[in-house]
Amino acid sequence: MAKKLGLIVNPIAGMGGRVGLKGTDGEETLKKALMLGAKKEAPDKAKKALKYIRENIDEIEILTYPSDMGQNECIELGLNHKVIGEIHYEMTTYKDTEEAAKRMMENDVDLILFAGGDGTARNICSIIGDKIPVIGIPAGVKIHSAVFATNPLNAGRIVEEFFKNPNMELRESEVMDIDEDEFRKGRVAAKLYGYMKVPYQRAYVQSLKSGGIYSDEISLEGIADYVIENMEKDCFYLIGAGTTTRKILERLKLPYTLLGVDIVKDKKLVLNDANEKDILRIVDSNKFKIIVSPIGGQGYIFGRGNQQLSPAVIKACGKDNVIVISTPGKIASLKSKPLLVDTGDDEADEMLKGYYRVIVGYDEIYVYKCS
Amino acid sequence: MGKIKLRNFHQARWDEPIIFELSTPGQRGILLPEIDDEIVDRVGDAEEIIPKKVKRNKKPQLPELSQPQVLRHFLRLSQETLGQDINIDIGLGTCTMKYSPKIHEQFVRNPKFSELHPLQDEETTQGILEIMYKTAELLKEISGMDAFVFQAGGGAQAVFSNASILKAYHTDRGEGDKRTEIITTAFSHPVNAAAPHTKGFKVITLMPDEETGYPSIEALKSVVSDRTAGLFITNPEDTGIFNVHIKEMVDIVHEAGGLCIGDIADANGLFGIVRAKEMGYDMCHYNLHKAFSSPHGSMGPCCGAQGVKKFLEKYLPVPVVAFDGEKYYLDYDRPHSIGKVRMFYGVVAAVLRAYSWIVSLGADGLKEVSELSILNNNYLMKRLLTEVRGISAPYSKERFRMEQVRYSWEKLKEETGVGTEDVERRCMDYGLQEFYQSHPPYLVPEPFTPEPNETFSKDEIDEYAEIMKKVSQEAYENPELVKTAPHNGPISLIPQPPITDPEDLIVTWRVYKKKKGID
Repeated sequence: MAKKLGLIVNPIAGMGGRVGLKGTDGEETLKKALMLGAKKEAPDKAKKALKYIRENIDEIEILTYPSDMGQNECIELGLNHKVIGEIHYEMTTYKDTEEAAKRMMENDVDLILFAGGDGTARNICSIIGDKIPVIGIPAGVKIHSAVFATNPLNAGRIVEEFFKNPNMELRESEVMDIDEDEFRKGRVAAKLYGYMKVPYQRAYVQSLKSGGIYSDEISLEGIADYVIENMEKDCFYLIGAGTTTRKILERLKLPYTLLGVDIVKDKKLVLNDANEKDILRIVDSNKFKIIVSPIGGQGYIFGRGNQQLSPAVIKACGKDNVIVISTPGKIASLKSKPLLVDTGDDEADEMLKGYYRVIVGYDEIYVYKCS
Repeated sequence: MGKIKLRNFHQARWDEPIIFELSTPGQRGILLPEIDDEIVDRVGDAEEIIPKKVKRNKKPQLPELSQPQVLRHFLRLSQETLGQDINIDIGLGTCTMKYSPKIHEQFVRNPKFSELHPLQDEETTQGILEIMYKTAELLKEISGMDAFVFQAGGGAQAVFSNASILKAYHTDRGEGDKRTEIITTAFSHPVNAAAPHTKGFKVITLMPDEETGYPSIEALKSVVSDRTAGLFITNPEDTGIFNVHIKEMVDIVHEAGGLCIGDIADANGLFGIVRAKEMGYDMCHYNLHKAFSSPHGSMGPCCGAQGVKKFLEKYLPVPVVAFDGEKYYLDYDRPHSIGKVRMFYGVVAAVLRAYSWIVSLGADGLKEVSELSILNNNYLMKRLLTEVRGISAPYSKERFRMEQVRYSWEKLKEETGVGTEDVERRCMDYGLQEFYQSHPPYLVPEPFTPEPNETFSKDEIDEYAEIMKKVSQEAYENPELVKTAPHNGPISLIPQPPITDPEDLIVTWRVYKKKKGID
């Protein structure tokens, strides 16, 4: 039976970028972009990936959405496809993206290929979460999420490998988005919206061929066990967002918040999903440490996805009580670029700079710079 | 030679079964003569002499073949192999696959050497002991260290032996329990982390600076403390970039009370140019099976020559080959020794080859080896970076490299989907064996580490560069051709994983039969 590929193109993605609007979220912005002469870019980018798919995958069933959301692109390239929904207005909105994702899920697609930006990723994530693997064609103004291929052609290649290699690894990858209004004012306020499963193409880790190399999963367990074994008595641990930090709570058999900050003391849960106020109230004058992990490919340890760990919390904690954990693969993906902080507070940022003993496995330490 | 013409290479494809499948019951390669009655009368039945408890219950299930069948089988296999003597083996970086003069093989195959036994009385082995002693003397001069032993069966064991000495040194000073951390760098050979870790040290790895490719002084300062036992470092690192701050780094560690251990497995760019002593090392090791010409095909036979400064000499593993002015002897009377890291005295054949190599070159010749290696490497780098599309050499972009370079095919992968593994397999179609990608961790994406040492001619380096150029061109014009390579080899593309999954790997006939339910 042919594998099913779900195709969602967000045709308006990226339109704000070329005309200097730093994004296309919201109807007002879209109107403004159109007035400034913005053209649809995502359909062309989607076609590059689809052309590769047409030439390299023989048996594939494409399920898509009407008009520029995938149908037109397939027709232009002569690709067999099935339209599984409808749109009511020429200018589509996030609701259409969400509806399309819902239909894809109902039709049991094996993989969703979408063209868009962080907003599109976020909309799809809100519907499918980690239920269906996805891969994004980067076509938006904002590409902070780790669910995108590096270019449209590579998105096509990843689809090919996914359908041809039954052993292709899937990784939970961050869906990030920034508040566009804040961004237009020059302030980057990124939030972690969730995780989607993405087919992982080997690039920065060794293949099994050479043997003996830890997989990220084994490293994760080693990191978590090492952190747990070294937890100090009577000390509060603020455990930041993400899949790396989640493992600590899992190994402690405690409930966790993937996107929030959980507080643990003496290996027992104090509070899930704590906000800044909770944190300041609980830690008060007690000893506490922060455990964070960098955002894959970007390297931010503060200021992206963990705003609860505010400048006030960070200053009370001090750099020496910040524990950075990461899989070796995530560090390698930074290509020797330093870890980053952007708390919005110069003093806190300055305090956090310097070298960290990053825990990358059980009793394994990388010394890495943060700037 | 003029313009390089690429070969129309095609390897033999025999589809040869494994030898157990060729077996026919009753066939024999050698028929042993009947034992003379006279011997049987005197000694008795051979079967009866062997104690019952050491006898097998069942006959060994060995393959049964005649001599010509065995010969054909192994010759066919040899034709399906690309050995060091048949291909331009520039690709195996960090391994120094250099030509080993064939006269060395005559030495090691001479019965005077090959029939020696390590348990022979010293009186009868003066010749080989003299060679071991003199090789140690030569290495002392080459490195500036004060004593050498050859016991380690490879680089990793030599680093372990050095880590053991480090432990003994701090323990003797009453700091064994306190100094528990060692520091290394990400582009040092991974054994610099692994071997001390096996010895019980906690390992701290300094990551490279974004620009230079080696760690900053500040990174080192941020972790050096009174817990630091030592620094295990390779210089030049795997990138081929010489760390110009090495002396400063060593001084920082010394000031904190730690020792410095240099990994000089790849000495090919250093002979006569810089010594371990001048870099400030307290201990070091050479791989005789790399830079000193002894071949190391199929992971052996290896020999890690371990060198230390005077104040650490008492800790060396026993025995040490010594000379009392009249005769050479094996000195076991060393109460502070860490003991043994391996049986006997080392892979002596590798020592003999290394000795021949050093004395035949002399001091000037050794320096020329390094100068040629560096020249060859930078010539190849210039060609690859200016003529081959899709390749780059991350870090220290304006600097020359030492004896090797860690390149990246990342751009090629981005633009064509063809990655380093595909290029590696396609090179086989032009008569090259696989190239070395990288030690872990893979900090350089889609890596490739060639090492054109002094034994390659300019024409060979040119041929190698032309092959890379051709494969890159193919990747841009017809990526499928490269991704489905090799096409001219004895076997075609094998998917890996999953076939390399340790769960499914079968490496012996006995396990194969068991898993397949064959009697």
